[in-house]
Amino acid sequence: MSARTRAPNERDPAQQEAHFRYVVRLGDTSLVLGQRLGEWVGHAPALEEDLGLANFALDLIGQARLLLTYAGELEGRGRDEDALAFLRDAPEFANLTLAEQPNGDFGHTIVRQWLLDTWQLEIYAGLQESADTRLGAIAAKALRETRYHQRFSSGWLIRLGDGTEESHDRVQAALDSLWRFTAELFAADDVDERMRAAAIAPALTELAPRWSARIDEDLRAATLERPAARPYPWHGRRGVHTEHLGHMLSDMQHLQRTYPGVRW
Amino acid sequence: MSEDWPLYEVFIRSRAGLEHKHVGSLHAADARMAIEHARDVYTRRQEGVSIWAVRSADIIASDPEEADALFEPARDKVYRHPTFYVISEEVKNL
Repeated sequence: MSARTRAPNERDPAQQEAHFRYVVRLGDTSLVLGQRLGEWVGHAPALEEDLGLANFALDLIGQARLLLTYAGELEGRGRDEDALAFLRDAPEFANLTLAEQPNGDFGHTIVRQWLLDTWQLEIYAGLQESADTRLGAIAAKALRETRYHQRFSSGWLIRLGDGTEESHDRVQAALDSLWRFTAELFAADDVDERMRAAAIAPALTELAPRWSARIDEDLRAATLERPAARPYPWHGRRGVHTEHLGHMLSDMQHLQRTYPGVRW
Repeated sequence: MSEDWPLYEVFIRSRAGLEHKHVGSLHAADARMAIEHARDVYTRRQEGVSIWAVRSADIIASDPEEADALFEPARDKVYRHPTFYVISEEVKNL
């Protein structure tokens, strides 16, 4: 079939594959982060925080459902949101490495959340203009939730950073330990490039300085030090994960793996 | 942690045009956190479009010991209810 006779929405397989992978990455980051936050239920330092974190977990899992459902359709192999969430192994997951890092203490969770909320703010804002209108609509919905998440996480970052000596030291330590995973947030690869060229995704090089400026602003208010850039590459988006994801998935997928197809 | 925080009373307006109603209380470190906690605890199921939070300590309440002096005298003053007017027959829908 020549290019001229193709339907306008018919893409070459490489483009379709990149589109699928781009959406899966977004969905997996939301899913994995949502699952992590869900681990706090019943354990948060106050009842009010417990409910807040549970709300965010559900927001994120809601985003994951929309994104993974769409990814399944793009892939065209009959996998739905559940098949993608519960029947893939770690190397098939394409979340940002930062999202899978364990909760640690409350401050550690807040730092991880704040770094990713601020990232999602930029990504979803950029995706609102996407040539892919369905992805744009999902992003617009998620952006409203993300604005509140970022308000919450930056508020706590500032409280803890500008709090007692102990709270300050703990969040600084969390920041120092998690910062190495931020290099992945805006590292564009072939998938990002293809999506940007098709006007489906925003250019990561344009989002990075905005993310960085917001991060610096919150760090100043929190009296925290921005750690030095660490070039060590992490490739969660390409399926190369830290050991933590596998443990998390064994928990998350246990029911579906033990009783395949179970419903309630 | 939360027991070190002051108590706030939360009022939610369920729809534009309706009044704020007391829905409960919560602990928060300050005003901003009180609004966030109220949002997370009391508006999860679309209960509201506006939140008021006020420090419980700032509410001035009547003393239950004084209930007799405050409220008892109104009990036998039925003439304060607007039920003693003769309504003319021409007036409909009153």
